[in-house]
Amino acid sequence: MFDAMSPKTGARYEGRVTVAEAGLSGMITLRGALDTIAQPVADATGLEVPDTLGIVEEGGRALAWMSPDEMMLFCAYEDAADLAARLAEATADEHALVVDMSDARAIFVLTGAETSLRETLAKLTPADVRPEAFPAGMVRRSRLAQAAAAFWIANDGTLRVMCFRSVADYVFALLSHAAHPEGAVDHF
Amino acid sequence: MLILTCPYCGVAADETELAPGGEAHLRRHGPDSSDSDFEAYLFLRRNPRGLHLERWRHAHGCGKWFHAARDTMTMEVLGTYPAQVTAPPPEIVHASDADTA
Repeated sequence: MFDAMSPKTGARYEGRVTVAEAGLSGMITLRGALDTIAQPVADATGLEVPDTLGIVEEGGRALAWMSPDEMMLFCAYEDAADLAARLAEATADEHALVVDMSDARAIFVLTGAETSLRETLAKLTPADVRPEAFPAGMVRRSRLAQAAAAFWIANDGTLRVMCFRSVADYVFALLSHAAHPEGAVDHF
Repeated sequence: MLILTCPYCGVAADETELAPGGEAHLRRHGPDSSDSDFEAYLFLRRNPRGLHLERWRHAHGCGKWFHAARDTMTMEVLGTYPAQVTAPPPEIVHASDADTA
């Protein structure tokens, strides 16, 4: 048996902001009518269904709105398989799908001044990342250069960027380049 | 640059976050239809100077298909609306009438 590896284990870049890979993270995809999966999720995790485009965090777990019929539950990597199995059982009678997708995606954690975090993103995405359009607690799915990505500002003030595992290398390079110390635009 | 507001998630999405789906509200003609109906369904498209109803998918976002009403001459977006309809909502039809009157 092999040990699980996150896509860019230990990757870290220190520029205007620090870009670091989050390491192994539990990610569970929930699909179905959100009101039918709300109760089982609340029972298992205590998390409420977020508003449209929202993310709620509590006790190391988070629940993110991904589309009108999709949410993603973040948890510890070790808990993901169990939690997914429990949720699958709890939603067995609904037209819903629960899958442990922990190994499908990479998460990068960007730390630094909020203005620099927003500027790093703005260099790569067409999404409006001004504070009024992209407040903390909002998940914006968009693209970073040529790769699909989702990003949000977490409760702790860090910027989280999630992308598919297959483009983790590319996205890490993009973020590092955008965070280069000599690349300051100071727009925000 | 075209910016369309997705009616499902409310995001003002840039053109590059969207996948175009061509003309909206086509009526499908299947295997039992006449050749001319099938040809029209498959190949014949409007190419209006003015109001155009089209399909778009929020590909880099919530992933949903939706409809948009756009003026091909001015690039003005008259509105976006969900995909589960066979005709544009009245307010978009009226908005386009007012423009051409």
